[in-house]
Amino acid sequence: MASIEGGGDSGHKKGPGVKKAKKLSTRVDMTPMVDLGFLLITFFVFTATMSTPTTLDLNMPKDVDDDKKKTEVKQSGVLTLMLGKGNQVYYYEGQLQVAEGVNNFKQTTMKGIRQIIIDKKTEVISRFNPATVDPKSCEDEKAAAKKKGDPNWENACKDMDFVVIIKPDEDATYKNTVDILDEMTINKVKRYAMVKLLKEEKELIKATEASEPK
Amino acid sequence: MPSIKIPRKSTDTDMTPFVDIAFLILSFFIMATKFKPPEPVEIKTPGSVLSQKMPESNAVLIATDSTNKVYFTLLSEKDPGKFDAIINGVNETQKLGLTPAQINNFKKTYMVGVPFAGLKQLLDIDAKEQINVKQPGIPVMDSTNNQLFWWIQASKNAFAGEKLIYLIKGDGNSKYPAFEAVIEALKKNEEFKYSLVTSLDDIPAGSALDLEQKRLK
Repeated sequence: MASIEGGGDSGHKKGPGVKKAKKLSTRVDMTPMVDLGFLLITFFVFTATMSTPTTLDLNMPKDVDDDKKKTEVKQSGVLTLMLGKGNQVYYYEGQLQVAEGVNNFKQTTMKGIRQIIIDKKTEVISRFNPATVDPKSCEDEKAAAKKKGDPNWENACKDMDFVVIIKPDEDATYKNTVDILDEMTINKVKRYAMVKLLKEEKELIKATEASEPK
Repeated sequence: MPSIKIPRKSTDTDMTPFVDIAFLILSFFIMATKFKPPEPVEIKTPGSVLSQKMPESNAVLIATDSTNKVYFTLLSEKDPGKFDAIINGVNETQKLGLTPAQINNFKKTYMVGVPFAGLKQLLDIDAKEQINVKQPGIPVMDSTNNQLFWWIQASKNAFAGEKLIYLIKGDGNSKYPAFEAVIEALKKNEEFKYSLVTSLDDIPAGSALDLEQKRLK
């Protein structure tokens, strides 16, 4: 195919039945080139690293031994989340109570936790009492929200008392930990901390896990 | 009888535009492709909604694989001198007695996942061959022998006065205690700000963050 056209008709007409010399075209057969081109495309498509990694910032507090320097949080606004085995999340509001009749130790999954965080946040905001908060930090927060162009800046400090405490146990996976930190971003929880599990909480989780049918 | 001449139509089509497009796509992919450095371990990071780009220089990457092994990597494309500074720092504090050839090999080593006792051995192996070596991980779980602490200390000294980002890249299936031990090593060095390496997830519709992002647009 890839050859130069020949001399063409040699002048006189040939009789019927005599075949005419085939006109050769100047066209080049591109099929092998296309084949190779697509082979390379496929190769690069497969090797390309399209998903660029992103990062999530995490700030940890400095360990303090002095009890006076530890951050205090209001009991009513605290939501404690404990991460256990198999994507299970255990949680309680305020102080842990596991006496007869007043058990506030509950269980949910990674998917269900978002609603619990939202509900708790709404509840804390609805209970907001300006008299109980430090007016200066409240004003600071409002100013920061206003600067950011938040139309709802008046309410910016209403969730001041809302604190989420995250306590992953030793069976929790890294994925669960990142997911829960991600939930904080998604639900715009401003105050959260990662803390070690208490002994009694650990026992409760173990007991719950043991009692569950496999 | 005069024969009727039927113009014979060729069955082959003009492939030029097709080829044009194909090569356009090909050149795009050649340009856009950035080859991953070969990693001795595969780490599948969990997703997060934040879209900050991962830095490629002035960073220390601490990786945890699915079997809770910890690896140390320095990301410093701009200044290769930092590699020397770190390995010399570790060499001094741990009294390893590394040879200049071993120190030089650290530059090409992508991931270090061996206890100090095995470091000499690892650095004796050619950097290209190291991928095939199964590394046992840096010991971190024992709080009295958290060797990652020394690596971080050496990096901190090497980057004194400069910006240094601590990246933590963990496999989704690794357990929390390994992550906690890594943080513990960083905390002991008075470092409290870290970046967790994640892949990008979509922001769930209707959430507080989603509403804020829409408003900003």
